[in-house]
Amino acid sequence: MRSYTIALAGNPNTGKSTLFNALTGLRQHTGNWAGKTVTSAEGFFEYDDASFRIVDLPGTYSLYSNSTDEEAARDYIIFENPDVTIVILDATSLERNLNLALQVLEMTNRVVVCINLMDEARRLGIKIDLKKMQEKLGVPTVAISARSKKGIDELLKQVMLVASGAVVPSPISITYSEEIEKKIAAIEPQVREMFGTHLPSRWIALRLLDDDESLLTSLKKWLQRDQNAASRKEVLQYGETACH
Amino acid sequence: MASAETTLLEAGTGNQVRITRIEVQGVMRRRLLDLGFVPGNRIEVLQKSPLGDPIAFRVNNTTIALRSEESSQIWGERIGE
Ligand SMILES: Nc1nc2c(ncn2[C@@H]2O[C@H](COP(=O)(O)OP(=O)(O)O)[C@@H](O)[C@H]2O)c(=O)[nH]1
Ligand SMILES: [Mg+2]
Repeated sequence: MRSYTIALAGNPNTGKSTLFNALTGLRQHTGNWAGKTVTSAEGFFEYDDASFRIVDLPGTYSLYSNSTDEEAARDYIIFENPDVTIVILDATSLERNLNLALQVLEMTNRVVVCINLMDEARRLGIKIDLKKMQEKLGVPTVAISARSKKGIDELLKQVMLVASGAVVPSPISITYSEEIEKKIAAIEPQVREMFGTHLPSRWIALRLLDDDESLLTSLKKWLQRDQNAASRKEVLQYGETACH
Repeated sequence: MASAETTLLEAGTGNQVRITRIEVQGVMRRRLLDLGFVPGNRIEVLQKSPLGDPIAFRVNNTTIALRSEESSQIWGERIGE
C-alpha cells in the first residue's frame, strides 16, 4: 500500500483540529515535538488504497516571526518534506489567512489550499470565487465546512492527486524588486550546490537575505544530520516529484 | 484625493488610513507585516486607551493595539479627505 505524509498548516482557529479529527477519528495521538515544547498531533487514515499519516502543525499567522510554534511549523515543512501540505484558511478572513498561504507556497509546490468555515462565510454573505483563487494561487483549492464534514471528499481527492504526483502544482511565484532579485540570483546557485533539490533554494536565499538567524540554526542542524541517510530516503520517496 | 502623510499615532480616532511605509525594523517589522500593516492596506483607528497609549487599530478584520513606539513609525494617507 502506498503511504504518504500530510502536514496541516493554518492560522489559529481555522478548524485545523476539527478537520484533523474528521479525517483521523480516534486513530491519533498527541505529543511533543522532539526537543521542543510545542504540542502536535499525529494521526492516520486510509483513502483510495493509500495510507496517510497526517500531522497537525501548530497554528500560526506566519512562519517568519520566529516564535517556537512558527519555527516548528517551518522546520517541519522544509526538513520533513511532507508529500502534501494542506493550508487551511478561514473563509471569513481570507485577507489575513493568505499571508501564511503565500509563505508556504514559496517553500513548496506540493500544496492543497483548503478554505474552511464555508458555512459561516455563507451566513455572513461572503462569496468566494474558488476557480479564480485556484488560478491565482496555482495550486488545487477546495472549499469545506469541517464541522459538518462537507467537502472532505473533494479535499481528499485533490490531496491524493498531489501526493501521488498525478498533479504537480506550479504555485504563484512572487517577484521581488530588481535589487532583491539580483541578490537572489547571486546567492541561489551556491544554496543549490549545498542542498541540491532537497531544500527550496530560492526560498532559502530569500531567508538568508532577510538575515533569518533562526533558519540558519536549523539549516546547520540539518546539515549535521546523516546526509547520506537523508538523501537515500528522499530519493526513494520523492524521486519523481522533487521539484519545489 | 491624496492627502499628506501621517503616522498612525497621529491619524486620529475614527479615521481610516492607507499605509504607505513602515519604518519599524527587525522582528517587530516582520510581526507588523504579518498582522496586515503592509503598504496599501487600509487601517481604521478605533480608540485610544485612557492614557493615550496604546491605540487600537482595525486591520484585516482584527483589532490590534500598538504602542506609540510602533504607531509613530508607521505612515499612511488618510482615506476620504
Ligand atoms: N461554523 C463552523 N465552525 C467550525 C468549522 N470548523 C471548525 N469550526 C469551529 O471553529 C473553532 C476552532 O476550530 P479548531 O478545529 O479548534 O481550530 P484550530 O485552532 O485551527 O485547530 C471551533 O469552535 C470549531 O468548532 C466549520 O466548518 N464551520
Ligand atoms: Mg487546533
